[in-house]
Amino acid sequence: MDKTIAPADVTATYLLGLADDALIYTQRLGEWMSRAPQIEEDMALGNIALDLLGQARALLTRVGELDGTGRDEDALAYLRDEREFRNVHLVERPRGDFGDEMARLLWFSSYQFELYSQLTSSTDEVLAGVAAKAIKEVTYHRDHATQWVLRLGDGTPESHARMQAALDRVAPYVDELFTDTATDEAATTSGVGVLPSQLRSAATAYVRSVVDEATLAMPAEPRRRARGGRDGIHSQAMGYLLAEMQHIHRSHPDATTW
Amino acid sequence: MYGNDFRDPDEQLNAAEGGALDQLLPTATRRGEGGDFERLVSTDGRVEPRDEMPDAYRQTLIRQIAQHAHSEIIGMQPEGNWISRAPSLRRKAILLAKVQDEAGHGLYLYSAAETLGVDRSELLDKLHNGQQKYSSIFNYPTLTWADVGAIGWLVDGAAIMNQVPLCRCSYGPYARAMIRVCKEESFHQRQGFELLWTLSRGTERQRAMLQDAANRWWWPALMMFGPPDTGEAAKGGHTEQSMAWGIKRFSNDDLRQKFVDMTVPQADKLGVTLPDPDLRWNAERGHYDFGPIDWDEFWRVLKGDGPCNEERIAHRVSAHEEGAWVREAASAYADKLASRSTGAVA
Ligand SMILES: [Fe+2]
Ligand SMILES: [Fe+2]
Repeated sequence: MDKTIAPADVTATYLLGLADDALIYTQRLGEWMSRAPQIEEDMALGNIALDLLGQARALLTRVGELDGTGRDEDALAYLRDEREFRNVHLVERPRGDFGDEMARLLWFSSYQFELYSQLTSSTDEVLAGVAAKAIKEVTYHRDHATQWVLRLGDGTPESHARMQAALDRVAPYVDELFTDTATDEAATTSGVGVLPSQLRSAATAYVRSVVDEATLAMPAEPRRRARGGRDGIHSQAMGYLLAEMQHIHRSHPDATTW
Repeated sequence: MYGNDFRDPDEQLNAAEGGALDQLLPTATRRGEGGDFERLVSTDGRVEPRDEMPDAYRQTLIRQIAQHAHSEIIGMQPEGNWISRAPSLRRKAILLAKVQDEAGHGLYLYSAAETLGVDRSELLDKLHNGQQKYSSIFNYPTLTWADVGAIGWLVDGAAIMNQVPLCRCSYGPYARAMIRVCKEESFHQRQGFELLWTLSRGTERQRAMLQDAANRWWWPALMMFGPPDTGEAAKGGHTEQSMAWGIKRFSNDDLRQKFVDMTVPQADKLGVTLPDPDLRWNAERGHYDFGPIDWDEFWRVLKGDGPCNEERIAHRVSAHEEGAWVREAASAYADKLASRSTGAVA
């Protein structure tokens, strides 16, 4: 295999995983609008959702250029079926309480921070550009989650207990973020991507530092681990998420523009 | 680029466009001839938080600004209802940003109210227990995607018509908040119109969705200006006092007429028939005539018997209650930080 130029389908498949993570998490974060603990937080979660949606759109557009199908961002978002989505389970998990959201955001943003820090030097110029922009956004997301985990962990006895319980509930979904797939390996070989396993220690060290400062404990090794998202094996919640997201678009197959 | 080509950049789509707001900016800090309250107000100066003001003026402003802030916050729900289902990613981004803007409007307005000596949590409690109201338009449901566009076009459009004069309100912090709010509402209105314009160029079913939304939102939008307050109806009402205080500048009926005059030609552009058989141009008056408004419906919905009154408040109250432990933690943490830092200094 040529080591400098990735076969387009490997790159497309790799990018699709990153795009779907951002898109599906946008969908979950959007559910918070008008439901956040305070108005400032409606705004903050809306901001984060908008950043992720921007990443998803740029990446999906690139996927459509690379995979030879000529699909645009909407065809990829609205007309793929569940088994074709490559996001990790963490982002499709149904919305929990605010502690669950901050636990999810802390892990996801810590992962994305390490990921995009490295992808700024991707051989795919579009991806490198997305990464350069995303790194600023993700720095803010990670800081936002950090501040809340500190407040909740070191706030009241109730918030401490609830934040700890939320970290424990999210634990089964962490490993998948850092598990290499064959696509990751091929994309890394070509210089497009980076191995998720190489991001694990830095992301985990960051989360651990926040958890420690928040007077919380890192969860024990979970008995169950989510897996298979990158191969399109999702949880039962995913079908409902997609049904809701896609139904208007699919109900109008002859509509060419919205 | 499809979707934008309706746009004649010079064409004014709402009352905040055409440089109206920029002209108002310098007035928002004007001191008039200074002096006492009466003199400030009568010379079109702005009253600032430290100025003396009659208690009735203060109470009227608190009630009005709070109701406005509550409307922004409750208004997030009918549109937020469509974020998850927006039929394109571009529309999803626009809608997310819009709902986020409404949260921001709520914040500016609660802050303006706080300059009058109340605090946000007190006002939110009054929203939750029904002591204070929000705009009754949000008691109607958003049933189809076209409703998102109709809200932008008609509801934001009517809100702007009401709010542009408030940019000249005698109370400085409110006037300044309104200038900021109107700028963003103006984008919302344009985006809503553009959404509907796109549907109007779409399939038969997309056009039917547009017509249906216009049918359902037209009359409630006209009701947003409030009951008639000219002639007989004005006597003894709030309008007269609010006008004297420089809080209100035009009657409800005048604003409603301006809105109708501005909106009817836009409906033509969308190919939409507005649901009023009496709607026609009156050359003699230089205005559109329109049919009678069903004020029974208005009062009924205002008093609680609208399709979504209970749902809107229940949603708001449950978000507030579910978030209580988070807010408590934030303030406990802030206290800990403060005591640690004074501890460190000592
Ligand atoms: Fe608003
Ligand atoms: Fe608005």
